[in-house]
Amino acid sequence: MIQVRELSKFYGKKAVVEKVNVNIHRGKITSFIGPNGAGKSTLLSMVSRLLDADTGEVLVDNDNVKKMKSNDFSKRVSILRQSNFMNVRLTIRELVSFGRFPHSKGHLNAQDIRIVEQAMEYMELLDMQHEYLDELSGGQRQRAFIAMVIAQDTDYILLDEPLNNLDMKHSVQIMKILRRLVEDLGKTVVIVLHDINFASVYSDRIVALKDGRVVKDGPTDEIINSDALKEIYDMDIPIQKMNNCNICVYFNS
Amino acid sequence: MRNSSKMIILALLAALFCGLYLFHELNGSYDYALPRRGIKVLAMALTGVAIAYSTVIFQTITHNRILTPSIMGLDSLYILLQTVVIFFLGSSHITIVNRHVNFILSIATMVVFALLLYQLLFKKGKRPIYFLLLVGIIIGTFFQSISTFLQVLIDPNEFMRVQDKMFASFNNVSGELVWWALAIVIIMFLIGMRSFNELDVLSLGRDTAINLGVSYDKVVKLMLVISAVLISVSTALVGPITFFGLIVANLSYQFFKTYKHSVLIAGASVMSIIALVGGQWVVERVFTFSTTLSVIINFVGGVYFIYLLLKESRSS
Repeated sequence: MIQVRELSKFYGKKAVVEKVNVNIHRGKITSFIGPNGAGKSTLLSMVSRLLDADTGEVLVDNDNVKKMKSNDFSKRVSILRQSNFMNVRLTIRELVSFGRFPHSKGHLNAQDIRIVEQAMEYMELLDMQHEYLDELSGGQRQRAFIAMVIAQDTDYILLDEPLNNLDMKHSVQIMKILRRLVEDLGKTVVIVLHDINFASVYSDRIVALKDGRVVKDGPTDEIINSDALKEIYDMDIPIQKMNNCNICVYFNS
Repeated sequence: MRNSSKMIILALLAALFCGLYLFHELNGSYDYALPRRGIKVLAMALTGVAIAYSTVIFQTITHNRILTPSIMGLDSLYILLQTVVIFFLGSSHITIVNRHVNFILSIATMVVFALLLYQLLFKKGKRPIYFLLLVGIIIGTFFQSISTFLQVLIDPNEFMRVQDKMFASFNNVSGELVWWALAIVIIMFLIGMRSFNELDVLSLGRDTAINLGVSYDKVVKLMLVISAVLISVSTALVGPITFFGLIVANLSYQFFKTYKHSVLIAGASVMSIIALVGGQWVVERVFTFSTTLSVIINFVGGVYFIYLLLKESRSS
């Protein structure tokens, strides 16, 4: 379990995240939702130590993140950000191999190579493993990065808006993969999402943020109802049941 | 072609140029000319390696392939130091006449300056590395302006001495200093080598590097210090020539097409040796000293820099 305790981040005097307390449960998909500027990405960055928190602490399975070595942390928690600008030209295979860096320090052994190949197979990238990342479509590139995270083989996988700029088909594909990661491999996934319907259909728990505070935190069924959504988004959002999924019809509300 | 065979070809080429420089038209002067040429070759190789190494690591930590460490203002500081000493103490003062004193004074000033700058900037919480670069540019320009101001006021004969220092030259490198420089460069390699794999990860960007367990701030600081020391050594040894690093670093990226810093740094280093030793041979034996190597380097480097700018703007 990842425990977030009283976590705050200030830019100047403005609190972007203020005294947030959240528990992230093992073996589940937890979605962070909320309006723009609610502090979702900031919170995720602090949990994954990309950003230093001003107050509060994060515990991963009862170990304080601040006291952990960066390399030890990277064997337990991985993070994937939205933009992955890089200066070098890499093939898919090279990128996925980097996922083993926390374990191998750059010298891959036979086991590392096997894990890299498994990760590529899992993401259906084996056929194109020698293609360069800058020649791929957005969906393929996103899959390559997720394959890297899978190769990193951490218990916890944090993703910051992985569906950004993806079309419907690829979005669904990515979400199904994440679901499988939880079910097949027992991973814990935390994901920042903009589309609440993806959160509703694919996640086990939802944490809703607004103005840097947690306004709702609970199982998906409890959050996806018109009253709760009104509180989060200030919109009247009717909910329709379709094929056993709760779909929020927010387009004309 | 595999990268290892590319490296062998480059190494052979470098050896060829070194041999050519050492033995061409030697006329059997093994006692007099050969040791002197040897020292010069060593000085050029050292400078080349120091500049190539520092430029590659600097470009990786700044995620920018058209920067050189000279942006930190170290060579401006070197010129300022020489100008100030000559202006106030005269060109016959021991700090100018005695090369050892000058060498140690120059290195000490530049390294202390760099460390103070980093200390000051990193102490106040986390700042993006671009902030550091901006401060470097401003301070560098400031140093340059003071130097120019003093050079305008200075006695014309004294100015000649300043001008000597303003352009890199391998023609009168002291033998003993080369050994000191060699020791420092080797130490910097030993310290930096363990982080080459982490540098590979660093080129994936800050977030990915941290995700993969690299202690980002620690590595970046270490690399900044290493590149500052290397630049100081090469500048104090032969004069400001850092622009040169831009050429060899980028040639190495293009030639080897890899992310591995062990290969990139080795490649850029060997290319530097080829360019410096080969270039110096051309200057001495073909142009018979009618021009200096740094003029040629700046000319070729300038053209290549414009090409890089055009290429980068097209690709983004």
